[in-house]
Amino acid sequence: MKSTRLPPNLEAAREEIERIARDYGLDFFPIIYEVLDYRTLYETAAFGGFPTRYPHWRFGMEFDQLLKGHVWAGSTIYEMVINTNPSYAYLLEGNEDVTQKMVMAHVTGHVDFFKHNMWFAHTNRKMLDTMANHATRIQRIIDRIGYDTVEDFIDTCLSLENLIDYHSPYIRRPEAQSPKPLVGDEEPEVVEGLKVEREYMREFINPPEYLEAQRQKLEAERAKQRRFPENPQKDVLLFLMNYAPLERWQHTVLEIVRDEAYYFAPQGMTKILNEGWASYWHSTIMTQKVASAAEIVSFADLHSGVVATGGGRLNPYKLGLELLRDIEDRWNKGKFGKEYDECDDIAAKRAWDRQLGLGRQKIFEVRRLYNDVTFIDEFLTPEFVLENKLFTYRYNRDTDVYEIASREFKEIKEKLLFRLTNFGQPFIYVEDGNYNNRGELSLRHRHEGVDLKMDYARDTMRNLYKIWTRPVHLETVIDEKKRLLSFDGSDFTERRID
Amino acid sequence: MSMKRVDRDLGRFRQIVRGKIKKDLRKYMSQGEMIGRQGKRFVSIPVPQIDIPQFRYGARQGGGVGQGDGDVGDPIAQGDGQTGQGQAGSEPGQHVLEVDVSLEELAAILGEELQLPNIQPKGKKNIVSEKDKYSGIRRTGPNSLRHFKRTYREALRRQIAAGDYDEGNPVVVPIRDDMRYRSWKETMLPESNAVIIYMMDVSGSMGTEQKELVRITAFWIETWLRSQYKEIDIRYIVHDAAAKEVDQETFYHIREGGGTKISSAYKLCNRLIDERYPADEWNIYPFHFSDGDNWGGGDTRECIELLKKELLPKVNLFCYGQVRSLYGSGRFAHDLEEYLGGDERIVISEIAERDDIYDTIKDFLGKGK
Repeated sequence: MKSTRLPPNLEAAREEIERIARDYGLDFFPIIYEVLDYRTLYETAAFGGFPTRYPHWRFGMEFDQLLKGHVWAGSTIYEMVINTNPSYAYLLEGNEDVTQKMVMAHVTGHVDFFKHNMWFAHTNRKMLDTMANHATRIQRIIDRIGYDTVEDFIDTCLSLENLIDYHSPYIRRPEAQSPKPLVGDEEPEVVEGLKVEREYMREFINPPEYLEAQRQKLEAERAKQRRFPENPQKDVLLFLMNYAPLERWQHTVLEIVRDEAYYFAPQGMTKILNEGWASYWHSTIMTQKVASAAEIVSFADLHSGVVATGGGRLNPYKLGLELLRDIEDRWNKGKFGKEYDECDDIAAKRAWDRQLGLGRQKIFEVRRLYNDVTFIDEFLTPEFVLENKLFTYRYNRDTDVYEIASREFKEIKEKLLFRLTNFGQPFIYVEDGNYNNRGELSLRHRHEGVDLKMDYARDTMRNLYKIWTRPVHLETVIDEKKRLLSFDGSDFTERRID
Repeated sequence: MSMKRVDRDLGRFRQIVRGKIKKDLRKYMSQGEMIGRQGKRFVSIPVPQIDIPQFRYGARQGGGVGQGDGDVGDPIAQGDGQTGQGQAGSEPGQHVLEVDVSLEELAAILGEELQLPNIQPKGKKNIVSEKDKYSGIRRTGPNSLRHFKRTYREALRRQIAAGDYDEGNPVVVPIRDDMRYRSWKETMLPESNAVIIYMMDVSGSMGTEQKELVRITAFWIETWLRSQYKEIDIRYIVHDAAAKEVDQETFYHIREGGGTKISSAYKLCNRLIDERYPADEWNIYPFHFSDGDNWGGGDTRECIELLKKELLPKVNLFCYGQVRSLYGSGRFAHDLEEYLGGDERIVISEIAERDDIYDTIKDFLGKGK
């Protein structure tokens, strides 16, 4: 097999880049670079950056798409890096040296981010091994149960893989398979009212209305105990692992799918910030230190490709980078705080410069504490929106086109946040695992103004049924009307609920 | 790093998709003929994609955030019911990748998918002509081929490296060394010609479904052969008890009754070759489709004689595709197999349903002849 190590000149560049990065204050896990031919690179990319994954057709599909995109549409992956310690990064063989240098600088930024951003604090840094273990475990199950059966079940699990609690930084493992709570074991309580010393006072101390109220309160309490989960649960997969009648191998597969979903979740939550951070550093390191005079034009060409916007699309690299630069500039000049915010004079605001020089320090803090939602929420300003020509768009039913809807700051910010919150996924909760007291599963979609894609929702309910094996219900809103969608294993029904 | 794993998954995916491709193929084929034939050279094929259903937002109410010029109300993307259109970069992967593919490229995909070998035209007909294609850059050349952008870039690069570049007065002057020119490559084009002769049984037992199978198969055969030859003539013959030459439109839509005498078609085909397509100048591909329900034994014997003595010596490849019909006995394929099965100039394939088209094309074209 061909060596995938860095050639000597790039090895020297790597050392230089890492030294410079350290001087700037970046702190990263050791990085192991591998130079791959494009086919191997795309193969690895199809596996989400890992050399070994369990067998599944979607990796083949991913590969097919990446390769065809490369061949027919000219899209290229320059780099890939995975969040492990040490981190592995892959370079495309045959790229120009200046490209490789830029990519290495970019990767260094990513790895620093992986190490320090708090949303990554609980990710599994040994995921390379874990993924390989997952692959082995599933392969063993396949050997025992059969390829088709296991593949079908994996498909079912993947259909539910977004039903996790993205904002939980921990994976809360179930302590044990706890049995369903038994109801009505102990003696039912009886409402007796307050203690009465003198019989003739009873009517006054415990009037009938009061007793009735007490009785109702107790009843409600009991109803609450009867239902489980006690509170709506967002980690639907965990709930299914705990309570669905799964065979052991199914439990294992579901757990693996859930583990991997949690592993990838922080990367989805920090896409803009992470890419912005890495782009900030590749451009800083390259333009100020590494790129030779002869390389600078090629670098500029490449960099402009990375941060290009076009066709009205929002480029996360560009948005993140510009926002970080904006923050740096504002904190350097002191454009923040009460005095600045309350200043009405636009000219004064524009020329504002308190020479604080806090910019660098501030963006390091941002990289540690923020994710995309909080990043946008706190630092997106009307000036920034104007300068970067952001807009919201909407679908126009009459003309069948997407069109620009607004350039108002408030609406843009709202829309951006909505798109980012919960990873752009609808909020689905397990409300009741013993619905109608018949062991049926009831879910609720917290409607945020956008309906579900209904054909998908129905098929997903079929998959839920496969796991739960009892009827499944989903409370949602369709065309502004509350609906209860039910699937009993053969038919769907839709009921109005108001 | 294992190289095998993704191939395993890809194989699995393709297997799944083949069911899907066939559906897409059908939808696509009914238009495909038109797209391909009526002057439009480009067709659009989607990269196959299987979506695992999830709870997900419907696209239309959603909208999103974009970046760029334009006023409120300006359209930014066509809605076509697909998700992912004009959506923000902040979205997690929606991959509907549509690629415009020319017929040549389609043939290339077909060739790769079916692993078809390139055709080796027979004998001296393998004349090759040269054609120039501008595809590269070189340092010398005539001014008319000057590549402005590359020249500018070289000059800029040199001036920055030499410290001559002044941001305040960004004048870039190329010198001799900076000049870049387009260059061409000579590509070889096969000069040899080929003729496809389609023959179809239109006796009463061939229904619409059978003809559809023939039509789809014929489209792909044509697409592939067109990629292999510069010029292709296509002739159409229909037959029941008697054969006649027809145009394409008639070929696909004619419906006759009556019995079947396959030899009538082979005779006509043979005459056509003798009169118009001398075997030492043309690559000849007769394709015959039938449900295999020939007249009595006498005619089949005559067919075999005709093939042996006349047709097979002249053609590159003779393909017989037998579609399954409710009425056909399917005897003819067995007879051919029995008497001519050992001859590698003849290919016999059975097409029972759409799924088999894939294999039939591979049978027909897989020999590289």
